[in-house]
Amino acid sequence: MSTLDHVADSKPRPAGHDEPLAATRPIRVRLVRTLTAFGVLAVVTCLLAPLVGSAPISLARVFDRSIPFSDNVDAQIFFVARMPRIFAAALVGAALATAGVVFQALLRNALATPFTLGVSAGASLGAMLAIAFGAVVTAGPFSAVPLASLAGAAIAAGIVYRLATMQDRAMSTTVLLLAGVTLNSFFSALILFVQYIADFAQVYRATRWIMGDLDVGSFEPIVAALPMMVIAFAIFAWITSSLNLLSVGADAAAARGVDVGRTQRLAFISASLATAAAVSLAGPIGFIGIVVPHLVRLMVGVDHRVVLPASALFGASFLVVCDLGARTLLAPLEIPVGVITAMLGGPFFLWLLVRKGLSGSSVSRSFWAASVPSRRSRVRPRPGASCRWCRPSRRCCSPSVPGLR
Amino acid sequence: MSLVPALTEMLFALGAGPQVVAVSSYDEFPPEVKSLPKVGALLDPDMERILSLRPDLVIVYGSQTDLQAQLARAGIRVFNYRHAGLAGVFNTLRELGSAVGRAEAGDRLAGEIRGRLDALQARVRGRPRPRTLLVFERDPASLRGVYVSGGVGFLHDMLEIAGGVNVFADVARESVQPSIETMLARAPEVILEVRATGLLAPTDIADAKRAWGALASVPAVQRGRILILNGEHMVVPGPRVVQGTEAFARALHPDAFK
Repeated sequence: MSTLDHVADSKPRPAGHDEPLAATRPIRVRLVRTLTAFGVLAVVTCLLAPLVGSAPISLARVFDRSIPFSDNVDAQIFFVARMPRIFAAALVGAALATAGVVFQALLRNALATPFTLGVSAGASLGAMLAIAFGAVVTAGPFSAVPLASLAGAAIAAGIVYRLATMQDRAMSTTVLLLAGVTLNSFFSALILFVQYIADFAQVYRATRWIMGDLDVGSFEPIVAALPMMVIAFAIFAWITSSLNLLSVGADAAAARGVDVGRTQRLAFISASLATAAAVSLAGPIGFIGIVVPHLVRLMVGVDHRVVLPASALFGASFLVVCDLGARTLLAPLEIPVGVITAMLGGPFFLWLLVRKGLSGSSVSRSFWAASVPSRRSRVRPRPGASCRWCRPSRRCCSPSVPGLR
Repeated sequence: MSLVPALTEMLFALGAGPQVVAVSSYDEFPPEVKSLPKVGALLDPDMERILSLRPDLVIVYGSQTDLQAQLARAGIRVFNYRHAGLAGVFNTLRELGSAVGRAEAGDRLAGEIRGRLDALQARVRGRPRPRTLLVFERDPASLRGVYVSGGVGFLHDMLEIAGGVNVFADVARESVQPSIETMLARAPEVILEVRATGLLAPTDIADAKRAWGALASVPAVQRGRILILNGEHMVVPGPRVVQGTEAFARALHPDAFK
């Protein structure tokens, strides 16, 4: 097995995946550089986005304290309509993009998305049931539909998790993938059934929910979803190094002292939590979880310690910009934001496919070849030289494979 | 046989009630339809059931082209319904009248409804016409999933007759899903919510006021002019549009009805 050969010829190290100081420095520099660039992008996007909208407003009036807030239309548009929306877009974009990265690493599959494992189908079924049967249950800051979608997501994730961990301690990614995809189809069938028996207006509302909507109208739903996202992000931050090793292979990761079972469980739970929170807040907005991670990898390489935070920031900017299009392009009508992300994401993905060599397998190969030197790349290029899988100046083919140095 | 609830109502209003052998699964008015067989609706017409009841005429939606073709093959006459504002209600009444051999009744009923609507319009004429947001769908307890009437369709026409100005009249669609931002920018003076089903509980008004309270700068919110009307007749473009329009007018201009 090539990965093990590769591990074997690196110097044996004590258990744990802490990097020696010499190797840490470049990653730190890259991390700082990347985060600065993406951070500036995200901040600029979030600052500019509230200035644009379907209704023209005057900034001077927005911050004019002499007009009472309840009479100040401009301030209301700014603070009630636009700000919560932009916050929601940034959070959901960050959550879906990072969940995409983690699922891709966990499943070792470049085509995995936050919605691959049935979490969003479960959430959609929950929301659909709440809409169709007019549920009015609320709990704290949660209203009925988000609550039902969270419950649906939890049930779906629970089933997949149970199935994947039944055999032994480590998760079987094959079972995970198969169970997730099957559950997706199963829930989709149930959704169709509920749609069929529900009333016309409710079917329309439910269909609209599935297209995604960020017009949350207040900070309350954001506050409700935020704790889940924060927990998920904290776990992401904790497991990044292990994810590098895990994406190479469970055996290789275990050989390097990673508790594979625990990392897999944490990755699955945290990514599901982020997905569920995002979906409960804004509906299942597609394509972010796959487009953003790939775009970010093209720009910064494959090291999860860089890719994860960069994806969070880039995902936030991406969704804020998409939502800006959603609320302005056809104003006063709105384009569902999920339609915009898909319209941008679909062509982008095809472009990626063509650019990378005209076949799906080569996309995933290029994705993993970067982290796993395959048989073909056994003869390594000189450090710093470019190879057929990456552009010049990328480090992925130099002997700095993340976590395997 | 009718697959369109609004046209079932028209059939009964035309006095063709006894000839109706079956209705759609959504039909609830007049009460007589409750005992009639149900043969599906827009998305799920039950062809076997329809054929087994041997109708002479089946009223279908214009978009049900497969069903129309099937019925044509079976040699059954079809009345093709297309949804088209309040004027469409009069035309449909006349056409339906001649289709069931009651052309005179159709003309008379259409004229009568027209006359009553004109009377309503005259009653509120000259009064200030409030800029109104006509909401027909909203998620409970929040301002998400709000659907309002655009500048076409019978709800818009009813609002105009009842002496209101639709704030989304410039959008040439029956339904609009406005963002919070557009609702704030359009600043309606009255928010009129119509609900098809359910009884209006006293708490509903308070709940609605709480939900809309988020848009404090909207004149309707400031003046507490958030009105809720409920009843199926509000949302069915049948002969009961008169009652619906009168309810709109009474809500918008309570003084005119004292």
